[in-house]
Amino acid sequence: MVDLSVQLKALRLKNPVMTASGTFGYGEEYLDFMDLSRIGGIIVKGTTIRSREGNDYPRMAETASGMLNAVGLQNKGVDYFVKNIYPRICDFDTNVLVNVSGSTVEDYVQAAEIIQELDKIPGIELNVSCPNVKAGGMAFGVSAKALCQVVKEVRAVYKKHLMLKLSPNVTDITELAKTAEDQGADSLSLINTLLGMSIDAEKQRPKLSTITGGLSGPCVKPVALRMVWQTYKAVKIPVVGMGGISNTADAIEFMLAGASAIQVGTANFIDPAVSVTIAEGIEDYCQRHGLKSAQELTGALKID
Amino acid sequence: MSSIANKQVLDFILYEKEEWPNSALMKFKTTESLPEILPGQFVQVKVEDSPQTYLRRPLSVNYIDRENSCLWLLVQKVGPGTRKLAALALNSKVNMILPLGNFFSLPEPKKESGLQNIVLIGGGIGTAPLLLLGKSLHELGYLPHFLLGGRSAADILQVEQFRVYGKVFITTQDGTLGEQGLVTEHSILKEMQPDRIYCCGPKPMMQAVASLAKKRNCWCEVSLENLMACGFGACLCCVEKTDKGHVCTCTEGPVFNINQLLW
Ligand SMILES: Cc1cc2nc3c(=O)[nH]c(=O)nc-3n(C[C@H](O)[C@H](O)[C@H](O)COP(=O)(O)OP(=O)(O)OC[C@H]3O[C@@H](n4cnc5c(N)ncnc54)[C@H](O)[C@@H]3O)c2cc1C
Ligand SMILES: Cc1cc2nc3c(=O)[nH]c(=O)nc-3n(C[C@H](O)[C@H](O)[C@H](O)COP(=O)(O)O)c2cc1C
Ligand code: FES
Repeated sequence: MVDLSVQLKALRLKNPVMTASGTFGYGEEYLDFMDLSRIGGIIVKGTTIRSREGNDYPRMAETASGMLNAVGLQNKGVDYFVKNIYPRICDFDTNVLVNVSGSTVEDYVQAAEIIQELDKIPGIELNVSCPNVKAGGMAFGVSAKALCQVVKEVRAVYKKHLMLKLSPNVTDITELAKTAEDQGADSLSLINTLLGMSIDAEKQRPKLSTITGGLSGPCVKPVALRMVWQTYKAVKIPVVGMGGISNTADAIEFMLAGASAIQVGTANFIDPAVSVTIAEGIEDYCQRHGLKSAQELTGALKID
Repeated sequence: MSSIANKQVLDFILYEKEEWPNSALMKFKTTESLPEILPGQFVQVKVEDSPQTYLRRPLSVNYIDRENSCLWLLVQKVGPGTRKLAALALNSKVNMILPLGNFFSLPEPKKESGLQNIVLIGGGIGTAPLLLLGKSLHELGYLPHFLLGGRSAADILQVEQFRVYGKVFITTQDGTLGEQGLVTEHSILKEMQPDRIYCCGPKPMMQAVASLAKKRNCWCEVSLENLMACGFGACLCCVEKTDKGHVCTCTEGPVFNINQLLW
């Protein structure tokens, strides 16, 4: 028997597979396809203090082995989440984390305080890296000074698991990773989408209403893997890797590069049960390689 | 007949294909039992082994035969995904997620509703979901009018199949088949007052039909074809602005009553 469970500080996942925010709705969208209790956790849609209509259509453009999105954090706000969505999803037999975003430090702090009251939500993922909103969002994730402030103030009020999601749209991701660690983040997740752009040559127009958007899918995997590796070497807190993971081998690669757990994002759209397939695949991999525990994979990359 | 079946991921085999220069009618079979599929619902088809078509392609269900687990798709070749699908060899395996989306609202059986003139307007490949809708209306005792429009005769497909369920009227912009002009200009719309209009086609055409329906105070549903990533409500990419704000066309649509839309 392989022990698939992994520990992110005090947060225990039954296996290393989670699903990425914005690609998994509130989990309910996937109930026809899979058993949520078979994965380690889900991160629900980006939630903000007030409701947001998101960006105008078109919000999506397909690219080679991936896609650009410009959803812009459409959601009904944290109060709506608490009243209407939480009661429907609180009994899911897996860890449900809420992805929190904001335009000001106060937005983040207030949302975190409200979500802290929800018994069945063991943690939040702070999204300081959304490339699709004008104010805030990514602004907090690309400057160490702004990041320092937001993590510090949320940490001061939020006692449960605090995962910080890093932006890849920076020169040196380790600088931000270390800042977040110093301010008390419990874990780091990466990467969010890469800022990109797509043009319709015939129409001579951008394909997205926002002109630029966030790139995800298999095309970002090498960049994501490199950043997970760099971050793993720079910090002591657990790293949660994502970016283009579509199958078991991808997930294993991220763990070898230093991830304690992984998130599956865009791949859920193509194969809605792929997260379960990956969880099963990791078990099989461990058996084949004689590992007793999935945790042994973290950072096990051989480089001599 | 109005609850939506659970969504499934199913493999199909292509058993028959009819191909035209710009489109193909693809008939699939599955060894599993086919869930109930209502007119207007769609499937998300996987196009294998092509980095250019990473995402699935949404296609309307053209026709189903549940007893024999058969499902038809009518595909217009517009880009790499639809071209690759249309070029598939017989006996190829194709993976689909289904059934997706809402469906056209069906009236009470004709005996009870008293509705006379039901018009189904399709533009180009937008005729695809109207065949299954016509079949359902026929089963409810109606003889729907199918008004099919295209640029030229080559765009008008499945006329014989439509005739099984109702009367067919045609417009082409170049006049190679039926009346010359746009669907909204067809004489049948001048001669009668439709009780209901169902419409699917390019957006400018649906907007023209919607404004005609509004002018004549006629109930009208349209089926939108917004760009989609997931097709089942998880990504929020497919939104349309409605009287309730941004809603997903893959779960609350693709079918909308024109009163819900801000056109
Ligand atoms: C609910 C729904 C039902 C549909 N039903 C059918 C159907 O029954 N038969 C059929 O042939 N097509 C249908 N479509 C459209 C079909 O999904 C697209 O044509 C297809 O995804 C294009 O893929 P591609 O790789 O061939 O082309 P791409 O390279 O993706 O696109 C080629 C060109 O087509 C345009 N295009 C792509 N997707 C759409 C779209 N959804 N609507 C309008 N233009 C688009 C692109 O902007 C581009 O100019 C439907 C779409 C939706 C959302
Ligand atoms: C449609 C879409 C919406 C997203 N929304 C969010 C979001 O609300 N918050 C967030 O932190 N990340 C969001 N992301 C980013 C993903 O969680 C993930 O970081 C990214 O897509 C990379 O992983 P992938 O390549 O496996 O998709 C979104 C991604 C997509 C494709
Ligand atoms: S296509 Fe993903 S929500 Fe509609």
